Amino acid sequence: MGRYVVQRLGQMVPVVIGTTFLIYALVWSLPGDPFAAKCGDRPCPQNYIDRMTAEYNLDDPLPLAYLQYMGNLLTGDFGQTFSGASIADELLQRYPTTLQLTVLAILVEVVIGVAAGVLAGTRRGGFLDNLVLVSTLVVVSIPVFVLGLLAQITFGVRLGWFPVTSDGTLFSLVLPAIVLGSLSLAFVARLVRANLVENLRTDYVRTAIAKGLTRQRVIGVHTLRNSLIPVVTFVGADFGGLLGGAVVVEGIFNIPGVGNMIFRGINAHEGATVTAAVTVLVLVFLIVNLLVDLLYAVIDPRIRHA
Amino acid sequence: MTNPSMPIGAPLPDPAAGGGLDQPAVTESAAEVHVATKLEETAGPGDTEVLRVEDLTVSFPTDDGLVRAVRGVSYAVHEREVLGIVGESGSGKSVSSMAVMGLLPKSARIAGKILYRGDDLLKKSPKQQRALRGRKIAMIFQDPMTALNPVYSIGDQLAEAVLSHEIMPRKKALARAEEMLALVGIPQPKRRLDNYPHEFSGGMRQRAMIAMAVINNPDVIIADEPTTALDVTVQAQILETLVQVKDEVNAAIVLITHDLGVVAGMAHRVLVMYAGKPVEVAETDRVFYHPRMPYTAGLLGSIPSLEGSGSGSRLRPIVGTPPSLINLPKGCPFSPRCPLATDICHESEPPLAATDELGHVAACHHWDKLAEVDDPTVYFRTESEAV
Repeated sequence: MGRYVVQRLGQMVPVVIGTTFLIYALVWSLPGDPFAAKCGDRPCPQNYIDRMTAEYNLDDPLPLAYLQYMGNLLTGDFGQTFSGASIADELLQRYPTTLQLTVLAILVEVVIGVAAGVLAGTRRGGFLDNLVLVSTLVVVSIPVFVLGLLAQITFGVRLGWFPVTSDGTLFSLVLPAIVLGSLSLAFVARLVRANLVENLRTDYVRTAIAKGLTRQRVIGVHTLRNSLIPVVTFVGADFGGLLGGAVVVEGIFNIPGVGNMIFRGINAHEGATVTAAVTVLVLVFLIVNLLVDLLYAVIDPRIRHA
Repeated sequence: MTNPSMPIGAPLPDPAAGGGLDQPAVTESAAEVHVATKLEETAGPGDTEVLRVEDLTVSFPTDDGLVRAVRGVSYAVHEREVLGIVGESGSGKSVSSMAVMGLLPKSARIAGKILYRGDDLLKKSPKQQRALRGRKIAMIFQDPMTALNPVYSIGDQLAEAVLSHEIMPRKKALARAEEMLALVGIPQPKRRLDNYPHEFSGGMRQRAMIAMAVINNPDVIIADEPTTALDVTVQAQILETLVQVKDEVNAAIVLITHDLGVVAGMAHRVLVMYAGKPVEVAETDRVFYHPRMPYTAGLLGSIPSLEGSGSGSRLRPIVGTPPSLINLPKGCPFSPRCPLATDICHESEPPLAATDELGHVAACHHWDKLAEVDDPTVYFRTESEAV
């Protein structure tokens, strides 16, 4: 177990280096001059451009600039935005919001998704089954930004059940979380349903029935745990998707999260901001996936790590 | 593989009876080679009837029509009795036992009576049925590799069988599970409780299944092809274990198999099924030495023999295939494959009727023809052999 964790942590190093280098290279090689429109209508003074070029090592070859940047990151220096604010401070301020949003979305996805999947899978061919199948299909076929705007107009503006935009409270994140988690919710519901239907046909479920167990116990104990194994894998991989999806949803609901920060960073060619934010995203994603793989072993004894 | 330590005094096998477990006799007929359990040395059947099936029919509606899987099966088993149900795939032997366990899908149409100690199970509520299932009537399945849940420990799965019928501390249930594992001959049972099914071999898993079946002291154990998925070397051990635990808990066994060799050493009585119906019921020896139904004779003729001399040297399969259960032919369902078939066989289906010995019934218009010859399998010899 400990050996396995150390091994996995070691594997993270090249992944982090690879992804951050790619992002660093991409952001700084975006077409256009990063300092073109920084000084209003007039072109920026040469000494400003020189200072910024030196600050971000833009004259060095890309790999060297990247190494200098990563060296700073390792010493805890995340650098500054173009406007001079500390990137580290901004990340600290914004990450909790995005993580809250993402965790809420996962809760929505798992709780509602598994419940819907179980309802559908145990009543195969019935009304609830068809309802779940059709509604999840609808959700899957609508893009997140359309769904987000629809939800905002319907539940925020028309019905007034939820705040239209974020006001900093956890409650104002609920509607965005439902929108963010809806696509994965549909997948989870279908995944659970399919696995449940399949597992209900297995020999060990027949054994469980032959033992005289109640139907609740047969489904809850002998079928659900096996059906949740692929769901755990999916949710782990989906965590990255949710963090990415947060960029869109944070935009729609005006949530001051990392997604917003990255979006503005890309627009403004702020390589340092984008790379720092994404590096933390990558780390979070990798750690979550490690936790998921460890959880996987808890659910399925067959793959327990020696 | 060593002989597992048996909690019940198992006398050494009588060499004259065809060899014991450790040294399968190669000179005897295949039936005895297969299993050499000393059934006659175990407790015989008692007088108390525990399970009676009366005119059980099961059919499944399908897109192609109604599949009549079981078309009227009746039998009774007494405590400590082993009833062998023999038949090919699709003969309805498994479906009829699933009906007894209440394990058939909802689409199945079940009629007839399944009497457990006089009470009709089919008339009981699902809750009442569930209370009997696994407690009074238990089942052992064919494939031990898939019959245990891979994500729970053996101890958990055994204890669960107790806890679903009795309220007791989990520790006590686990102690009972340990006791059962010891009974079925699993070494170091306490340590094995924490193992997962994938840490058990096939034979050990089937032993665990047997332990699970007897943990609540059932009156009836239905064993559906309990050795089919196992290595030949393990089969005999499992059957021996089954017979011994049967005596320990005074249970009756309904042993379902396609393997005549298995019933030869195990069953007191045999019921042969064909196309959803019993076609011959008799004591095991009668079925083997004096079959009164050509299908049974054909099955006996198709057992590989190791004697290797004369007419016995060649396998004699029954030609043709079992009939479709959707469109059964008119008359006796075996008539298209039967060497004795005459016009009447293609016209009317014979009922189970008495033959030349008390308690031996067969469904054949021409059972007397089988009584006329010494070796009834003679009818299934090919022409070249007969010369």
